[in-house]
Amino acid sequence: MELINLGIKSIFIENMIFAYFLGMCSFLAVSKKVSTAIGLGAAVIFVLGLTVPLNWLLNEYILREGALTWISADFETIDLSFLQLIMFIAVIAASVQLVEMVVEKFSPALYGALGIFLPLIAVNCAILGGGLFMAQRDYTLPEAAVYGVSSGIGWLLAIVALAAIRERLKYSNVPDGLKGLGITMLITGLMGIAFMSFMGIEL
Amino acid sequence: MSAETAAKTIKKPSEALLSKRRKKIVSDPLVDNNPITIQVLGICSALAVTTQLQPTLVMALSVIFVMVMSNLAISLMRNTIPSRIRIIAQLAVIATLVTLVSEVLKAFSYDMYKQLSVFIGLIITNCIVMGRLEAFAMGSKPYDSVLDGFGQALGYSWIILAVAFFREIWGSGSFFGIPVLDPVAGWLGMNSLATNGLMVTPVGAFMILGLIIWVQRAMTKYVEQ
Repeated sequence: MELINLGIKSIFIENMIFAYFLGMCSFLAVSKKVSTAIGLGAAVIFVLGLTVPLNWLLNEYILREGALTWISADFETIDLSFLQLIMFIAVIAASVQLVEMVVEKFSPALYGALGIFLPLIAVNCAILGGGLFMAQRDYTLPEAAVYGVSSGIGWLLAIVALAAIRERLKYSNVPDGLKGLGITMLITGLMGIAFMSFMGIEL
Repeated sequence: MSAETAAKTIKKPSEALLSKRRKKIVSDPLVDNNPITIQVLGICSALAVTTQLQPTLVMALSVIFVMVMSNLAISLMRNTIPSRIRIIAQLAVIATLVTLVSEVLKAFSYDMYKQLSVFIGLIITNCIVMGRLEAFAMGSKPYDSVLDGFGQALGYSWIILAVAFFREIWGSGSFFGIPVLDPVAGWLGMNSLATNGLMVTPVGAFMILGLIIWVQRAMTKYVEQ
């Protein structure tokens, strides 16, 4: 039950985009068509679901203060948490590379659909942000897994909704200066107001 | 002897430290080629910290430091990095610099470190840093790269400071933490001027940035197709 609550909370209330502005670059750049938005969103769910638990293991058994005691009791005072940023980004880059190779080998069709987006994801702030929030909030392993997948789902929801709006936008008459990025920011703001209605829900 | 003099005459006269071209490298990103409003890069970690001016200033300074130093480092190493693993090499350089910034902040200004929380770490995935390394530092001399990093980071900084200025005045009624709206209300003979709570929420950031982009593009006549 706790886990379901956490999932709903990270999809709607603490949405990656509307509450923390994470992954805005690809959110703005790849939201012109619904089909590509779904592809990128699916890739983000997959990579977040994979790297957040992986980073949890890394944090719990190597980086945290006193985490190395499973090797020897002498390492109790060692605190490697200053390596957190580098290790997390390395895990993310490596697993993106790995996922890319596995998908290419076993499912060329999916690779064709996701191909361009997979390498992009390594530098998507939502992925690293998910890892850092997980470490900051002291989640357990199941919580970390649920948090990773559901914040990915929240991201997918936001980008698909924006892409659907932008497809309709082609037929409207937007002032010159607002075309493209300007109007997209305003739309995102209005969508943010809609998502604010979830705020204050206690789960 | 003759070969040496020939080589000397071929060698171009060294460029002035702040020649016209180099000034352009710094000034171009401020308005005409701004990383946020024109190139649409680096919005990720920028908006979340702009509720108040003080953390925004710290963020801007951190980004300036990281961009200048990473541009310099990658530019010095540009001929030795194999192109297949350049992304990883760039990430390693950026992550090292960001770790440095975050440890310094943790040591000297712990409150600020707590307030910025994960967003200092997210400078690593700030698209401007990667983008400039890839587009400029991999193919330019060190000094030019430093200027480019400085110019781009300044372009980024003034936009986020502008967003923070409007959000702090309207959202919290203060300027760098000093109350501004209350004295104004006093002069006008009112009890207080109401602040707009929406400005403190993420929605305010999107709206203000959208409007700044509109004003800036209307002035430069830039139209996105």
